[in-house]
Amino acid sequence: MRISTDLFASPADSDVLSRLRYGLGLAAEEQGLLDIAYTTVDSPVGTLLLAATPVGLLRVAYDSEDHDLVLDSLSHKVSPRLLRAPNRLGAAVRELDEYFGGRRRAFDLPLDLSLSSGFRQLVQRLLPDIGYGQTRTYRQVAELAGNPKAVRAVGTACATNPLPVVVPCHRVLRADGTIGGYVGGPDAKAALLRLEAAA
Amino acid sequence: MKQPFEKVVAQYGGMVLRVCRVLLGVHDAEDAWSETFISAMRAYPELPDNANAEAWLVTIAHRKAIDVLRARQRQPAPVGEVPEEASQLGVPGAEDDGDLWQSVRALPEKQRQAVAYHYVAGLAYAEIAEILGGSADAARRAAADGIRNLRKNYSGAAAEGAPS
Repeated sequence: MRISTDLFASPADSDVLSRLRYGLGLAAEEQGLLDIAYTTVDSPVGTLLLAATPVGLLRVAYDSEDHDLVLDSLSHKVSPRLLRAPNRLGAAVRELDEYFGGRRRAFDLPLDLSLSSGFRQLVQRLLPDIGYGQTRTYRQVAELAGNPKAVRAVGTACATNPLPVVVPCHRVLRADGTIGGYVGGPDAKAALLRLEAAA
Repeated sequence: MKQPFEKVVAQYGGMVLRVCRVLLGVHDAEDAWSETFISAMRAYPELPDNANAEAWLVTIAHRKAIDVLRARQRQPAPVGEVPEEASQLGVPGAEDDGDLWQSVRALPEKQRQAVAYHYVAGLAYAEIAEILGGSADAARRAAADGIRNLRKNYSGAAAEGAPS
């Protein structure tokens, strides 16, 4: 007889384990151990990773950012007590679904802006003031932030926005009207602008 | 740098479940699994980056299983070995494994633990000695005795038609 791991395994193990892992997420939330909960959602701009602390939505990440790397980075910078636990993301998933369906023009979610600081965070706090379907140039945002010369720094703040889509850095364009850079790639930026122009 | 706890669960969740089954049987195994991972998650930030996560989890599972066994002993003992009781030992979905689980349950506790930690979790005898106390040689003997007993009882059943 060969005694091995397999001998005590079962064909039903993946079901048992997914049930146990779901229960672990609930128990961890209940006991205040779930520092970061995450889930993924399909969207017209690809699969999005959503991560939240008890404070609020912490991170939205495009596929192109590599979700595994993003999770590693959150584990390192914020806390390794991090589980796939969709419950905390319920409102975010619903609002994003409404947004991509053209039925929502502004997000009403608690945000955790702790991944950015200083001028970057200031810019990210201002971005939701650019209304749905509108755009601003990097220079205009720099003026809004009270520092008209900080055009480059505004570009950096947009490029490092930890909450793309929800914090609408896609509404900031170059002065010549071209689309400029975007964390999710120029195609995703164009797709969001088209969506907002059509709705 | 510490990997997300989700990856620890993904990587070792199955192993811990099988270890808990060997220690406790199928039903109590699920409770022990949950207790093990919630406890591990609580302590995870303090785990040294270079620690052996596998041995760490098995150590926690070992303690949780002892808690479950103690709680079980405080409850009134069932009258005799009723067949329903035996069927709870089987792995859901697996076929013809009742004899294996009976044999595992019949092992003395140390042997059952040593078999679980070496043959199911894949820990080295030195690591098992840390968990069980005693020497690595004692752990090796317990595992070898456990396997010999299992083979004796389980292959005896195989001669009567159970799969090898």
